[in-house]
Amino acid sequence: MEKDLVCIVCPIGCRLKITGSIEKMVVSGGKCTKAIGYAHDELTNPTRMICTTARIKGGIHKVIPVKTDKPIRDEFKFDVVEEVNKLNLVSPVKMGDIVIANVCGTDVNIVAERDM
Amino acid sequence: MKNYDIVVIGGGPAGLAAAIEAKKQGIKKVLVIERDIELGGILQQCIHNGFGVHIFKEELTGPEYAQRYINMAREENIELLMDTIVTSITKDKRVRATNCGGILDIQAKAIVLTMGCRERTRGACAIPGDRPSGVLTAGAAQRFINIEGYNVGKKVIILGAGDIGMIMARRIVLEGGEVIAVLARGNIVKGLTRNIVQCLDHYNIPLLMNHNIIEIKGKERMTSVVVAQTDERKDVIPGTEKEYECDTLLLSVGLIPENELSRQAGIIIDRKTSGPVVNESMETSVEGIFASGNVVHVHDVVDFVTEESCRAGRNAARYVKGEISAESEAMNVVVSGGLSYCVPHKIRLSAMPDKMDLFLRVEDIYPEAKIVIKNQGKELARFKKTHLTPGEMIKQTVVKALFKDCKGDLEITLEVEGGKK
Repeated sequence: MEKDLVCIVCPIGCRLKITGSIEKMVVSGGKCTKAIGYAHDELTNPTRMICTTARIKGGIHKVIPVKTDKPIRDEFKFDVVEEVNKLNLVSPVKMGDIVIANVCGTDVNIVAERDM
Repeated sequence: MKNYDIVVIGGGPAGLAAAIEAKKQGIKKVLVIERDIELGGILQQCIHNGFGVHIFKEELTGPEYAQRYINMAREENIELLMDTIVTSITKDKRVRATNCGGILDIQAKAIVLTMGCRERTRGACAIPGDRPSGVLTAGAAQRFINIEGYNVGKKVIILGAGDIGMIMARRIVLEGGEVIAVLARGNIVKGLTRNIVQCLDHYNIPLLMNHNIIEIKGKERMTSVVVAQTDERKDVIPGTEKEYECDTLLLSVGLIPENELSRQAGIIIDRKTSGPVVNESMETSVEGIFASGNVVHVHDVVDFVTEESCRAGRNAARYVKGEISAESEAMNVVVSGGLSYCVPHKIRLSAMPDKMDLFLRVEDIYPEAKIVIKNQGKELARFKKTHLTPGEMIKQTVVKALFKDCKGDLEITLEVEGGKK
């Protein structure tokens, strides 16, 4: 296997070269050790952070930003937004409040990104 | 006339960091003036994650990053004036502002300018054609979708591969819209590499390099755009025109520091950054008026805005306390050889801390290069760098001891091995 990836763990964006096999990957080009984990996850089980907005009543705005509290499997990204779009929250909501627990049957929660 | 020690203009990440730091330095009367109805600035509409990696060692979203600083500002009991716009500032540090209560006149001992930047619009890139609705800047679309809760369109094309454009491409696809393509006007992506990966590649959104829009069509609402390929001089290649049906065009074609107030006060503006010329203390050409964040130069990472603003807030505090010694003459920092600018523009050794960060930007892509600092032809230091791109600012820490016997200009240049790209 020979694959090029751009590590997106941080804004530096290291260009990685992955050789070897899925079981025994050799990752080069990363400035830190996080690149190894990133390359492994991206090639075996890609996950994404999903950030979107939910309707809210009584707040300073009509919508409040929410996010997955950890990365969720890539295949769920559109389902997550669909679930969040069903919400009708009521102010006050605090940063970190869980607005959907175990979204799409995963162990990932949807949490508020701010107070409102 | 109200009196304050320090007035901070703008309550975004830069203003909050400057005000908090000034307060921590023991300054009692600090006022932040914000024109929006809440603090946090543009961070509030940047609902995606990736903020705070350097400062908090974790990935926060824009609103989360803002919330932390808003909470800190509250803990420090910083005075806030919201929904209030500053209409003028003067050299002798008078601030005039207006809100629903009328006009306010404030005398400050020091001012910190943290007004941020604004987007270039259709007028700035002169796209010909009709003037229908549906043409808006990527940041305006971001505000509509993420704060006001409206969708901007169903079939969208994005001009300019800036960060906000790419982030909005993903956002529109997640909300069920279609993004035809993101067009880069040259052969360089202005935004961060990670955004190409996580916003475009992961959502199968095409990125077309060397493309531009040559006509917008539509009577009431936009109906289509004509796209063409461009050559290395960014001129249209005849015969490559292609028409795409769409109802929305987002422009992500650059940001300009917002310096109308600075100019009014007679502050010298750098042509390259479009922001005030600043020294090692983030002080502008007018004594006692400091500036930091996107109003000085457009950043790509908010953490650096915060760090720079702490420097501005700390030095504004030192100025108010009479602690800044400016005995030595300022050395001009002159860049060349592929570097487009350096902030600060001037360094006074007497006021420089033992360690300081220089912020630099390159004009092209360099896989490998060395940043060389010279004075009067004598090399003082060289720093090896890899993967330099115009979209990613370089932060270079330098120590004061390096400049011990320097006189005149400080020359910073890029030494490239193996040529460009």
